[in-house]
Amino acid sequence: MQTSIDLLSNLKSFLPETVLLLTIIITLIADLILKRKSPFVGVLGIIGLIITGIIVAGQFGIRESLFFNMVVIDPYSVFFKELFVLSTIFVLLFAMGSDEIKTSMYKNEYVYLFLSLTFGAFLMSSSVNMLMMYLSLELASLTSYILAGYTKKVKRSTEAAMKYIIYGAASSGIMIYGMSLLYGYTGTMNIYSVAQYLSTAGSSGTIVTLSIILIVAGFGYKISSVPFHFWTPDVYEGSPIPVTAFLAVTSSAAGFAILIRFFATTFSINASKEVWELIPNIGWTEVIIVLSVASMIIGNFVAIWQTSLKRLLAYSSIAQSGYIMLGLVVANKSGLTAMMIYLIAYLFMNLGAFYVTLLIFNKLGTDDIDEMKGLGYRAPFIGVAMAIFMFALSGIPATAGFIGKFYLFAALLETGKNSMIVLAIIGLINSVISLYFYIKVLKSMYLKSPEGDTSKLLFSAANYVVLLLLAVPTIFFGIYFYPLIKFAENSAILFWMR
Amino acid sequence: MGEFKILGIGILSWLIFLPILGMIVIAFIPKTYERIVKYVALVFPFIQLILSLVLLLNYNPGLAGINKIEGFQFIEKFDWINVPAILWDGRIHIEYFLGIDGLSLPMVILTSLISFIGAVASFSIKKNEKGYYIMYLFLVTGMMGVFCALDMFLFFVFWEVMLLPMYFLIGIWGGERREYAAIKFFLYTLFGSVFILVTIIAMYFTSNVPIYGHTFNMLEWMDPTKLNPELPLGQLGSNFRYLAFIALFIGFAIKVPIFPFHTWLPDAHVEAPTAISVILAGVLLKMGSYGIMRISYPIFPDAAVSFTYPMAILAMINIIYGALCAMAQKDFKKLIAYSSISHMGYVMLGIASNTNIGYTGAIFQMFNHGTITAILFLSVGIIYDRAHTRGLYDFGGLANKMPKYFAVVIIGFFASIGLPGLSAFISESFVFLGGFSNTTIRIIAIVSTLGIILNAAYILWTIQRVFFGELPEKWNELTDISPRELVSTVPLLIIIIYLGIMPGNFINLMTASVNQLVTIIGPFLK
Repeated sequence: MQTSIDLLSNLKSFLPETVLLLTIIITLIADLILKRKSPFVGVLGIIGLIITGIIVAGQFGIRESLFFNMVVIDPYSVFFKELFVLSTIFVLLFAMGSDEIKTSMYKNEYVYLFLSLTFGAFLMSSSVNMLMMYLSLELASLTSYILAGYTKKVKRSTEAAMKYIIYGAASSGIMIYGMSLLYGYTGTMNIYSVAQYLSTAGSSGTIVTLSIILIVAGFGYKISSVPFHFWTPDVYEGSPIPVTAFLAVTSSAAGFAILIRFFATTFSINASKEVWELIPNIGWTEVIIVLSVASMIIGNFVAIWQTSLKRLLAYSSIAQSGYIMLGLVVANKSGLTAMMIYLIAYLFMNLGAFYVTLLIFNKLGTDDIDEMKGLGYRAPFIGVAMAIFMFALSGIPATAGFIGKFYLFAALLETGKNSMIVLAIIGLINSVISLYFYIKVLKSMYLKSPEGDTSKLLFSAANYVVLLLLAVPTIFFGIYFYPLIKFAENSAILFWMR
Repeated sequence: MGEFKILGIGILSWLIFLPILGMIVIAFIPKTYERIVKYVALVFPFIQLILSLVLLLNYNPGLAGINKIEGFQFIEKFDWINVPAILWDGRIHIEYFLGIDGLSLPMVILTSLISFIGAVASFSIKKNEKGYYIMYLFLVTGMMGVFCALDMFLFFVFWEVMLLPMYFLIGIWGGERREYAAIKFFLYTLFGSVFILVTIIAMYFTSNVPIYGHTFNMLEWMDPTKLNPELPLGQLGSNFRYLAFIALFIGFAIKVPIFPFHTWLPDAHVEAPTAISVILAGVLLKMGSYGIMRISYPIFPDAAVSFTYPMAILAMINIIYGALCAMAQKDFKKLIAYSSISHMGYVMLGIASNTNIGYTGAIFQMFNHGTITAILFLSVGIIYDRAHTRGLYDFGGLANKMPKYFAVVIIGFFASIGLPGLSAFISESFVFLGGFSNTTIRIIAIVSTLGIILNAAYILWTIQRVFFGELPEKWNELTDISPRELVSTVPLLIIIIYLGIMPGNFINLMTASVNQLVTIIGPFLK
């Protein structure tokens, strides 16, 4: 049994989270002192995140369990924490240049709200106790409800927040019910102990299956997987764009972090091996297959009809979740690595797409695809960047998106099982379909001539720098993906007790 | 002949990436100098053309290639991605592996030739020239890469990357229905690539080589001893190998295009600007048939042989159906598009014959079809630039009005029919000789000869409609072919006539490789 001294020594390993918390408090106070006007608060937030990121990087390779097995540190969580840090830095940069946020009645509050969500995401990636999982998920969710309604005066934003909170509350309610069933059956909240109980005492099909379906509701809503996706288009459309980008990338990556760890740990005898030893007779992979295929098909097909770029990206995110979940179905290390590779690629290309949306919105005041006619000629740099992101999202080679998809499908085909081959083909055909709507954006930008105002759109150098920071890795990791794979591969190690 | 380097970089890399250099140069030309863009853009395909002549002069026709690395020339082989990891029970090993043999050399020459011709023909483009030439050069890179790559991953990257510029070239600079045609082309080909990708990944896991475990090197895949015999794709004659062959075939067939996957072609051709139609017919279609010969056949000889009959049937349908469709067209460009389908049928028939002479005919026909259709599309472009219509019934009597133009077109047309003394005659007769000598498909080959008559019928009818008869009043102002247009057509005419009279040297280039391919396929023939 651990003592209070152990708890204190555990705090040392909890340093990144502590620094992040300190940053939240400092930005909160700084904002008050600086009379809520200075952009310095955002810079402070970024500095805090960079320090956090450096400390997290120092934890690479450590495997330990903290606070009476509430959270663990393993390469897997370190990977996700770095992902969250990186995406939050980008999103903070977005928010600092967003007219939507500048004109809203709140100026700098977003900094600590973003950071709080990141803190929640940190915990999501490392919790191994169902209670802790629930709490971290709620922390992230509550912050995102506030963020969705950030532009209070805009009706749609308020509506988005309202919808979001209702869906969110319902899903987490369902999830906690599922967890309570599992707790009632196994008598423990720790997922390692749950796994041990299930593997030794055997599982009663119905209760465990029921609890899996209920728990999936909570995670599925976070990663906006069908059928828990209904909030996604409305919230994405209503929220200010930096928030949308944040929800689409950081929040959804956090959802994946917790989803993957939960399923890999709770229902397997040992998931730290090359091929996870799954506990027999628990059909969680089937549940994930259904969700994944449904997400891909519904996401892609509904996206075809969208005219708003934000809604289009919302459905695209739904479809992308479907692709990523394919990696979980494989239930081995290749699949896990593939998912992680995809998530890195996803970070750059999706944030890039949202950043272009933001820049266009700043100038044109709309995200209607038809209004973007001839934009490729009015803003050549933006147009080319958007082309890169759109092609990357649809998985065309020489972009990071292709590498992500390639690894996912390779992981499926590697198993050699017929069902997996079918899944891979479904996924690939879906990515062909997805091209149709991704290219719709480019069609409007390049194939149509500009109407009305045909003047050149000018952007600041800072905008171009941020855009380059997103576009260059998208291409670079498509051509030279060694570092990408190496990083994901070394990180695809789940903590294992016993 | 192992290596050939210029400034420390292999000649094939120069060939592939020179256009990328051109893209960068053009991107930095300031707006005020936009009129020089087209001349700058012309320089790069011209250097490519010279480089491919250097390639030709230094090529040793005695080496075979196909499945032996020793038989390849101008090889460049480096690690691209090499992850020494435990994942996938081995390493991830992707190579930057280029090489040329008798199969790819004609295609490389064709590509550089047609790219140059296309660049000359592009001078009539007036809208956003900078963007056009950047995309054009990007396309050339993709095409060249496909014909030089010997690593499947690399091949696939080039194969897909080429779609992007094509989409924009058709979509931005095309005709009335350009958006529809562009997306149709893109989606069709991408759909095909899905099957290619699945097969590539499956073969990757089946391959079993020392040190690296799995490999993307396509030469290793051709050696059954380098495949894991425990996996279905590693067992010669297994159902999975048949499935994989079909999957690859669908991917390549869409590009060729083989009936019933051909419907994108007429749309894309009609809507694309002249130069792009030339590239499309001249080079892009060859990628499909090249893929079948380079990849499908040597890797799955067992399946290839057993699908001889269905493939020959498809070839026959292509030949006859394409010709019949061409006959029904009222649009000059559409007619040539359908004639392409018909002519690619000959290529497929040659491949399906599984004989030396048939393969030789197929490769030679690919080259000839490239040069001949290029002339025909250029001719359509020339008349369209002047008259702004392509309706076959809108014209008449042009032979007197534009005599030089008529001379160019008539040679192109006669070559297309397969008139003796012109290049296509040799290749088509080779194809039929191959078809006749294979007893399995002899009947099909005989039926396919009907295509020659149909072909002559629609071509002669077209000549009659466009060039003979009364000249309508409205065309009195038409001017004859300009010097620039002669520059783009005459070199092709010279090649067509030369290869019609002296095909020997050219055929010798590919003989060794064709023989090698037959020795791979041979043991599986019954």
